[in-house]
Amino acid sequence: MSAVGAAAIPSREAQDGAAEAIHVENLHKKFGQLHVLKGVSLSARDGEVIAIIGGSGSGKSTLLRCINCLENPTSGIIRVNGEEIKLKADSHGHTVPADRRQIERIRSKLGMVFQNFNLWSHMTLIENVIEVPVHVLGVKRDEAVAQAEKLLARVGLAEKRDVYPAYLSGGQQQRAAIARALAINPRVMLFDEPTSALDPELVGEVLKVIGDLAREGRTMVLVTHEMKFAREVATHVVYLYNGLVEEEGPPEQIFGAPKSERLKQFIRNIG
Amino acid sequence: MLAAGRWGPADRASNPGAKLIESLLPASAAGIIELLSPADGGWGKTLLVGLVHSLEIAVGATIVGLLIGTWGAYGKLYGGPVVRDLFAVYTTVVRAVPELVLILLLYYAGTDLINQVLTAMGYQRVDISGLVAGIAVLGFVQGAYSTEVIRGAILAIPQGQIEAARAYGMSPGLLLRRITLPAMLPFAIPGLANLWLIATKDTALLAVVGFSELTLATRQAAGVTKAYLVFFLAAGVLYLCVTLVSNFLLGRAEKWARRGMPSIKEAS
Repeated sequence: MSAVGAAAIPSREAQDGAAEAIHVENLHKKFGQLHVLKGVSLSARDGEVIAIIGGSGSGKSTLLRCINCLENPTSGIIRVNGEEIKLKADSHGHTVPADRRQIERIRSKLGMVFQNFNLWSHMTLIENVIEVPVHVLGVKRDEAVAQAEKLLARVGLAEKRDVYPAYLSGGQQQRAAIARALAINPRVMLFDEPTSALDPELVGEVLKVIGDLAREGRTMVLVTHEMKFAREVATHVVYLYNGLVEEEGPPEQIFGAPKSERLKQFIRNIG
Repeated sequence: MLAAGRWGPADRASNPGAKLIESLLPASAAGIIELLSPADGGWGKTLLVGLVHSLEIAVGATIVGLLIGTWGAYGKLYGGPVVRDLFAVYTTVVRAVPELVLILLLYYAGTDLINQVLTAMGYQRVDISGLVAGIAVLGFVQGAYSTEVIRGAILAIPQGQIEAARAYGMSPGLLLRRITLPAMLPFAIPGLANLWLIATKDTALLAVVGFSELTLATRQAAGVTKAYLVFFLAAGVLYLCVTLVSNFLLGRAEKWARRGMPSIKEAS
């Protein structure tokens, strides 16, 4: 399977035998007439941090949301842990997952962190963190609680365990959401613009947590507007333009010596 | 100037005002207590049994209504075109027709239909108890209103919370139980509380089909004793007590359901 991935993206140097956690091939996504993704391929091996960058409307969030079928791709291949997501056409001609249980199983291995945190408002932080382990993964409650306490301590929220999300700052909520994602012991973490909804002074605390995860070798796919951060933590950067991969490579190359004119301009505008 | 002595009990019969009160209240205070006494000879027990019947129907109808309402809301929001149309017809028709008409229709036509089906299939006719029929009929009506209340409440849930549950691999059933229902509750409780209070009073409509709930029991007691004011006031007090207790419990329930939400006062 990893051989296929390597063939699809020949420019990758990471042929060190690490298993491919996520493989996306020739992905198309249409919203009605709007063609958002026009044949995107992407690969994430174990331990890699893939940063997806691009302008507004370039399709970067859609790409991330297609990986766990929060958006159903119009066509293309998605493999998670080597398992291809089975898709079929429904009665309206839309592509939908063919096997609900398969997609649920795959989703429970992907820790998604959203732009707007999306913590469950009727649960305290500890309840948010143990919810999926207990009710989806079948972990015993006391084990899940012990694990969740460690995770909350890790993101600096140990003493907030019994507080409801609405009483916390955006930065605290996002750190709790990261703890919730870690609690499922995910194969891959998916970050969908995790700092875009935060006040500027709260961005740092969230980036620090994500940076620590990257440094300990977690596999991550990160959609972000924080170019400096992407350059620091990413092992591979993908620049999307208008639904296509315009340029990709290691961060030094993407940010230091971009080839594409559009990427050059994008970096100038952001910087 | 009236002398104080003129208002003694002996003169009561000759005073026109007192006469009026007596015509309305043919019993003395002691007589009222006797009339309303739950012991033998009083009508209190009849009234209380009627109240219990009313509450049984209201509770049953509310539960049936909530079940229909949850399915209805889900069907209307997530169902295919056929399911959506069916629920649209249901909620429109039920909410368009007066409840009294629906009760008469469903009670008489419904039991008749069931018995016709039974005899056609070679079974004996059955007597459908007033309690079961009442719960079914009022539950059917409540379901239509609950559908709309719950549909609105589900729409009020921040969609990101539903999306997060899907993103973590929750099955539709688990998502409904763990996320959608508890998250919509704060938005649904005020509307559902209204429906519960309406249900407690709609039970009175079942008097027309001869079911001995509180209103019919009151009418019987009043008819026999001619103490109309006493018994209808007593029934009113009982309905009021139901409302007061309900308000207290619903207030607690709403506070619990809103546990994750800062109060509006604090936020402003």
